[in-house]
Amino acid sequence: MIPEVGHFALILALCVALVQGTLPLLGAAQGDQRLMGLGRTAALTQAFLVILAFGALTQAYVTSDFSVANVVANSHSAKPLLYKISGVWGNHEGSMLLWALILALFGAAVALFGSTLPDSLQSRVLAVQGLIGLGFLAFLIFTSNPFERIAPAPPDGNGLNPLLQDPGLAFHPPLLYLGYVGFSVTYAFAIAALLEGRVDPAWARWVRPWTLAAWCFLTLGIALGSWWAYYILGWGGFWFWDPVENASLMPWLAGTALLHSAIVVEKRDALKSWTVLLAILAFSLSLLGTFLVRSGVLTSVHAFAQDPARGLFILAFLIAVTGGGLALYAWRAPSLQGGGLFQPISREGALILNNLLLCTLAATVLLGTLYPLFLDLLTGAKVSVGPPFFNATFVPICAPLFAALCVGPFLGWKRADLWPALMQLRLAFVVSAIAAIIAAIVVDSRSALAAIAFGFGVWLIVGSLVELAQRLKLGATPLAESLRRFKATPRASLGMTISHTALGFVVLGAVATGAWHSELIATVKTGETMSFAGYQVTLQRVESVQGPNYIAERATLAVTLDGRPYTTLQPERRLFVVQRRQVAETAIQTNLLRDFYATLGEGDATSGWVIRLYLNPLAPWIWLGAALCAFGGFVSLSDRRLRIGAPSRLRPATVR
Amino acid sequence: MSRRLLFLLPLMTLALMAGFFAWSLLVGRDPAAIGSVMVGRPAPRLDLPALAPGEPPLSDAMLRTGKPVLVNFFASWCAPCLAEHPLFMRLKEREGATIIGVAWKNKRDDATQWLKRLGDPFRTAGLDLEGKTGLDWGLSGVPETYAIDGNGIVRLHFRGPITERDLNESLLPFLKGAK
Amino acid sequence: MRRLAPLVLGAMLAVFASAWAVEPSEMLKDAALEARARTIGQALRCVVCQNQSIDDSSAEVAHDMRRAVRERLTAGDSDDQVFAYMVARYGDYVLLKPPFKMSTLVLWLGGPLLLIVAGSALLVAAHRRRQQSPTSPQPLTAEERQRLDALLKP
Repeated sequence: MIPEVGHFALILALCVALVQGTLPLLGAAQGDQRLMGLGRTAALTQAFLVILAFGALTQAYVTSDFSVANVVANSHSAKPLLYKISGVWGNHEGSMLLWALILALFGAAVALFGSTLPDSLQSRVLAVQGLIGLGFLAFLIFTSNPFERIAPAPPDGNGLNPLLQDPGLAFHPPLLYLGYVGFSVTYAFAIAALLEGRVDPAWARWVRPWTLAAWCFLTLGIALGSWWAYYILGWGGFWFWDPVENASLMPWLAGTALLHSAIVVEKRDALKSWTVLLAILAFSLSLLGTFLVRSGVLTSVHAFAQDPARGLFILAFLIAVTGGGLALYAWRAPSLQGGGLFQPISREGALILNNLLLCTLAATVLLGTLYPLFLDLLTGAKVSVGPPFFNATFVPICAPLFAALCVGPFLGWKRADLWPALMQLRLAFVVSAIAAIIAAIVVDSRSALAAIAFGFGVWLIVGSLVELAQRLKLGATPLAESLRRFKATPRASLGMTISHTALGFVVLGAVATGAWHSELIATVKTGETMSFAGYQVTLQRVESVQGPNYIAERATLAVTLDGRPYTTLQPERRLFVVQRRQVAETAIQTNLLRDFYATLGEGDATSGWVIRLYLNPLAPWIWLGAALCAFGGFVSLSDRRLRIGAPSRLRPATVR
Repeated sequence: MSRRLLFLLPLMTLALMAGFFAWSLLVGRDPAAIGSVMVGRPAPRLDLPALAPGEPPLSDAMLRTGKPVLVNFFASWCAPCLAEHPLFMRLKEREGATIIGVAWKNKRDDATQWLKRLGDPFRTAGLDLEGKTGLDWGLSGVPETYAIDGNGIVRLHFRGPITERDLNESLLPFLKGAK
Repeated sequence: MRRLAPLVLGAMLAVFASAWAVEPSEMLKDAALEARARTIGQALRCVVCQNQSIDDSSAEVAHDMRRAVRERLTAGDSDDQVFAYMVARYGDYVLLKPPFKMSTLVLWLGGPLLLIVAGSALLVAAHRRRQQSPTSPQPLTAEERQRLDALLKP
């Protein structure tokens, strides 16, 4: 019964989306207040209906209703509750429903919180959201219906992929989708602006909070995915340049560029067409990612089950959304009035450079990901594009980006002098250079590149903090004065400092873990001791352990330092009986400055077990840094100026 | 005018990419296909002990007899090998094809038992216990089949089990056509 | 009593990359050669996996390839020769760093070219704009002057 309610709600939502996508547009074009208001009602109704549908599917999973085909394919009665719920979105159909849900929720948010928007703009934004929702709901109902029944209902399901039965991965899709779908709002704003024929600072002021929110969630989603790969895959890697990872990185890069570009529109009424283009691209890259993951055109460890028919549908949708947006852009953007002029050396110039470099990075990733496909179709030649390629092309471009990142905030608007700005950063430069030299000498004298990259990480941190210190006039005025200045600093600036500094931490963590980790792979029998990085590690025992839906082999490793007990690590190898799959459960002990990482391989009592030990310096900083980066974004989001949105209305002049 | 063109650039890039995607989906391109560099080149070395004890070892001369030869890598633990086995029996019995088998990463006894149980389509079979010959032949797993013409040049390379379609469209024409 | 006798068959390495499928029994005794084997292994693709290097894959073929890499290194091959050995058997597909040839020109140069072309275009546009925009406002036309006089008249 309940799945039918969900199904029906979806169909109703489709009809509502159709209304939402057409009538408000008409209303905006004709100035019809009633039709424009319809957009708000439709958005709220659609949200209600999709929540109902999502709730129905969740209920089917939680109660293990095996008459629903989707539940059979992806769930099992013995699964823990958390994974029954996360199983809702752990498959193609359910994850599409999650997309539709978040889309509808964002639409409702624009309807509820966008009261300061001019009616025509708001109705156009909601209409575009409605059209996008229409596409997704149609895709769901016609090709990927999660509510299909199966008769007779089997006694139990096939269980969820063991790799997905993990708290980290349970939350990874929702966070990612909040990011992807959040960019749909900025896309809608861009289309609405092109339709209106006007991009002005007020528009940028409205767009920024939505972009920030989407960007923060996407950052968290990507970081969570990377962290999950790190602790589940068993060898300490955290980024593999896999097509699906690249698919999430590209919208992030475009979103970062958009975030910064919108500042220029807001402050100086310039860079309009670039900002609008980025808004269209950010969402388009999100859709591209969806297409790549679900269509089967690329191989990936992450990909969902492939289906070319679905692939064609998503491609058609991608062409409609992106093509429509870009066509509108080509038509309307040339007539957007250019705004304030500025010199190449200025804050605007720096932000243009930022745009350029981020777009180049995104283009590099896109090219690397899709090139094997292009070449294969054109010539039949097969090439592979893997981490070595991206390390050679992506990483070098980060260097000028990081260098400019700290200089930019010191440049004034419209016209600035480069040398004084660089002079203000000389402390940061010296500290970074020293850090790089120390890294080269003390840690590893072979890799100069790693030392330089380490220096860049320090540069990012010190450079950003120096800017804040200058703003607070730390050292030049009494502490109370600096404190007063701190309280008066707009949150958006604080957010910038936090996020830029956090990026430095991520770089430090990535360089240290990537270049300077220690490793030991050995076959040991119970009772034997290994000497590793100053620690003594003894395999005490290996035993069989029963889990809720798996049987595991668990090793107990006792770690001592200088004779004193330091810690105990218990890596496992889990065999999930239903799917007959093995998943390694690594054991990680962290002191936030380094990770002590152990995995258990194959083996038995007679020949011993393969144990892998890693010491990953500064690894926690990668994810703490990423979380801090997102936190900086949230701090920015909490800036009162953004929540007020429109410039304050003029009070009517009092007549004397 | 050129400014307009600039604004059209993103749309044109999309059109190009979408064209490739549509092409890929419509032709049913398999992204996991790895191709083969062996086709058109002289067959790699075949230097293996025979599977059956006492028989002479395999050698390159067997690939340059002037008649077409099929080389089939198999293993007893491989399920698709079981699926394609009847087709090889048919090739041997009905077409009189010369097929050389190579047991890849298979214990001698297991492979011999498997052939005895199902029937032996091979003129002679070799044992590649370590997989070194497989590597030389660009093997990615079993089963894989190579069609070599009378001059010792590889003409066809099938990765995975051969199907009826492969038989009718490629292998039979090859056997009839090659010198 | 804990046995301290080291039965360590692996070696402690501070290498540029780690590999979770490399078995202790595969590893070479010579640390320098093993380090080279690792670097090469990270750049060779497992032909039956989804985007994994041979060092990260537990597939049979990956094991064979790792062994072959170590055999060739022990026999004195240079890194390039080892790569060529693999390419001769599996084609360019096996290289995770695509070779720089005519067919991959666009791949390698696309990014830098985009940066250079776009960057130059922007600089040229900025230069041209600076040349065109006057530093002082244009003088009024006759019509505008008339309108101004009309407005200013009391």
